[in-house]
Amino acid sequence: MIIHLSALDLALAAALVLGLAWLSVWARLDVAPRLLIAALRTTVQLLLVGLVLEALFASARLPWIALMALVMLAVAGREVMARQKRRFGGGWGYALGTLTMFVSAFTTTLFALLVIIGNQPWYAPQYAIPLLGMLLGNTMNGVALALDRLTTGAWQQRGVIEAHLSLGHDWRTAIGDISRESARVGMIPIINAMAAAGIVSLPGMMTGQILSGTSPIEAVKYQILIMFLIAAGTGFATLLASWIGARRLFDERWRLRLDRLR
Amino acid sequence: MPVLVTDAIHALHLQPLTFTVGAAECVCLSGPSGAGKSILLRAIADLIPHAGDARLDDRWCSRMTPTEWRRQVGYLPAESFWWSDRVGDHFADPAAVEFDALGFGSEVLDWEIGRLSTGERQRLALLRLLANRPRALLLDEPTASLDPDNVLRVESLLSRYREQHRAPVLWVSHDTAQRARLAHRVLHLDGGRLVEAAA
Repeated sequence: MIIHLSALDLALAAALVLGLAWLSVWARLDVAPRLLIAALRTTVQLLLVGLVLEALFASARLPWIALMALVMLAVAGREVMARQKRRFGGGWGYALGTLTMFVSAFTTTLFALLVIIGNQPWYAPQYAIPLLGMLLGNTMNGVALALDRLTTGAWQQRGVIEAHLSLGHDWRTAIGDISRESARVGMIPIINAMAAAGIVSLPGMMTGQILSGTSPIEAVKYQILIMFLIAAGTGFATLLASWIGARRLFDERWRLRLDRLR
Repeated sequence: MPVLVTDAIHALHLQPLTFTVGAAECVCLSGPSGAGKSILLRAIADLIPHAGDARLDDRWCSRMTPTEWRRQVGYLPAESFWWSDRVGDHFADPAAVEFDALGFGSEVLDWEIGRLSTGERQRLALLRLLANRPRALLLDEPTASLDPDNVLRVESLLSRYREQHRAPVLWVSHDTAQRARLAHRVLHLDGGRLVEAAA
């Protein structure tokens, strides 16, 4: 059985963060305000989502679950956009990340729910929401990294890209190295996480299940499933984002259009 | 007999410009910096969005695939860029390239791009462009960072190429003496307009 946490328990942990904030002010690190705001956001956001999930689990109706999923996607899309130094202007800046995450994370989650887990009903929120959350969170990292690398790469290496173009190479050749590098960069975090899982780090979901009393082997199986789903979801989204993003950097006459970034 | 013709081509602050560069003709383009000489060349090479069109003989740029047009209308930018570490990786068929005409031996293929001087890069960029066998040439100050010997080498290589392939050449040059040596005609670009100047 799980040991319930009291407000005092959380306050003790919060005291550690306050201590860190005080130390960082003393060391003039200039991160104290950000640290405190982030800690506050964690508290408020998680409490809110806890309330929402309680209500959602109690009702377990598909439209509400779908709405929750869309809200998660919308926020993830905004986050991807905010993390890019040079993003696509207009609707593309938001749509590119959101669309690739939608295609990849949603399909992977549906696949897991329908084919692998086979729950009744398939959209049972205890499974659907945490799964989608983990997939979206990781896909978001991958897509944000890939797009940021793609656009800054194109910006810095515009001369090389145009050297290709002016010699009559097609746009795929011109951006090839940059586009491949961006896809690689987006996939590296999950590859590293899989390589280190269990030895260096105990993944969060598995730890959580073990804390709540699940047998370690059962928790490990779920963790492996999640790792694979995240790898596939992140990988597909990253590839898609770097392909579509690369194409969007060129127009119909295959000119490099950095004016589409801002 | 390739002829390069522009039809009211314009981009950014340029006025619509219509002019012809005949077969085997060398037209030098002069004008103050910022006048838009590079913009004009890049518009003709179809590297930037522009209005108007250009044609080589009777084949319009807008009717060709971009890759086909850019292979035929070779554009040499003022600054050269390289995508691989080794010189040789930038040439599909090094045996067919006249490295010796610009003072390089065959060992140049193994040289590292990062260790080349600006002048060496500029000469190699020209060889890389000519290896495509373009039918017309757009040259943006191709001799800007070369010593006098190499300026003459580049000029004679390009003259030979122009004669041999009857290629129209549009050559941006700030050097009055060079324009006097090379130009059949001089076009002066200022305030977005082209004026025929004395050669």
